[in-house]
Amino acid sequence: MWVNTKRIFKAGFIAFCRNAFVSLSAVLIMVVTLFFIGCIIFSSALLKSSLQTIRDKVDINVYFVTNSQESDILLLKKTLEKMPEVSKVEYISQDQALDNFRKRHENDQITLQALDELGDNPLGAVLNVKAKETSQYESIANFLNQQNLAQGDSSIIDKINYYQNKDAIDRLTKLIDSGQKIGVVLAIIFALISILITFNTIRLAIFTAKDEISVMQLVGANHIYIRGPFMVGGILYGLTAGIITLILFYPFTYWLNTYTETFFAGDGIFTYYIHNFGQLFLIIIGSGIAIGAVSSFLAVRRHLN
Amino acid sequence: MIYFDNVSKIYDDDSVGLHGVTLKIEPKEFVSIVGHSGAGKTTLLKMILAEEKPTEGKVFFESTNIHDIRKKHMPDYRRHIGVIFQDFRLLPHKTAYENIAFAMEVAGRDEEEIQADVTHVLDLVGLSRKMWSFPHQLSGGEKQRVAIARAIVNQPDLIIADEPTGNLDPENTFEVIQLFKKINDLGTTVVLTTHNKGVIDSLNRRVITMEAGKVVRDEVKGGYVL
Repeated sequence: MWVNTKRIFKAGFIAFCRNAFVSLSAVLIMVVTLFFIGCIIFSSALLKSSLQTIRDKVDINVYFVTNSQESDILLLKKTLEKMPEVSKVEYISQDQALDNFRKRHENDQITLQALDELGDNPLGAVLNVKAKETSQYESIANFLNQQNLAQGDSSIIDKINYYQNKDAIDRLTKLIDSGQKIGVVLAIIFALISILITFNTIRLAIFTAKDEISVMQLVGANHIYIRGPFMVGGILYGLTAGIITLILFYPFTYWLNTYTETFFAGDGIFTYYIHNFGQLFLIIIGSGIAIGAVSSFLAVRRHLN
Repeated sequence: MIYFDNVSKIYDDDSVGLHGVTLKIEPKEFVSIVGHSGAGKTTLLKMILAEEKPTEGKVFFESTNIHDIRKKHMPDYRRHIGVIFQDFRLLPHKTAYENIAFAMEVAGRDEEEIQADVTHVLDLVGLSRKMWSFPHQLSGGEKQRVAIARAIVNQPDLIIADEPTGNLDPENTFEVIQLFKKINDLGTTVVLTTHNKGVIDSLNRRVITMEAGKVVRDEVKGGYVL
């Protein structure tokens, strides 16, 4: 068994080296496929990261009346935090709100002077509520609205900005959903097309060896012994193409880094490549080996009888 | 050893490959099969190799109906037979040594045995010096000798040679036929098809003549008569 396995691997390796031209063509086609698969991974990470950035920007701001008690606001904060839809609630006190306002308008002396003339802090405290999913904002807003109505004139809530932004949030939710769905479908279609092209290249490479396969059968080689070296060849195509692709991605992502920094919250695609190299290595090399081995297995099967 | 029992082969396009062939080949025989192109010689050999199935009748190797052999046991059966073709059919990316060793590797022989036997058989066919040459570096005669070496290295019970001298010049033809004689003298059954009158006449062994898929003549010590 071990001797046979060793012979199969040796034969596959020798055939890979001796059929240099065929191997080179198969490897080049596979590099294109794997590069494409890699680009799909990068695009998906890019899309995911940009969608996350957009998502992070969406929240509900609950403005409180200026005379509301901090304890009441913190109570509402606790209630909100217990809701399953809510991922995070941020409390901004009146003083903090004033500080933020001053910072935002530090170059606007007229506004700051007007603020100083008022004497009292005119800004109320704020709760910034983040939902787990953008589709959940409506139910959170409804809950806050009900609280507001139930308390009537004694309500501490001054304004909930969800209803002003509802259209934008709804549109964004749809955009994010469609973006993800279209992304997945396109990725699957393109990945399948490139896999088919690779499969056909390997099939063509093995087609040229169909006479060899028939001779192997006539000298009494069993199917494993015939198929094995071709599968080893396919695995080597995948392995070589995978390594070449990973090397090519280094300058490619480095070059694209500055253009993609905005998508990755300042980090860029090169940083993403370096940080996720282990995972990308496994996906690219694994895909290459799997495509090579499966394509060879199927291509040889056609010629075995 | 080989027994054809009223075997017919009709192809899908209604052409007749074999028609009611009944014949017997004994162990250690040297049998030549002659006939025009399309007479059924190659179909007959393909039946023995289980590359073709008969439409009617049965083909036996020893007491086994060849076409009842299950797919997974076919490689074992084929290791009893050494095959030689007119176009040599060597594995192009393997050296002479590797081509011969391949036949032994698939039979599960160990490395030491392979090294000893391949070297011996290459010596027997006079190609020791070309051991590491690839098929494209060999002449027609040399390629055929490698093919013969590959066919005999596992010491098969039967050698099938389909027009083995078809692509060779007279000198190489003579050498190849001498090799077959030697192999037969060592006890291996040889079945040979050829168009070469000189080869048949010089052999002076059993000759089966075929025409339109039928055996029309079977002589113990025959000549080339069509």
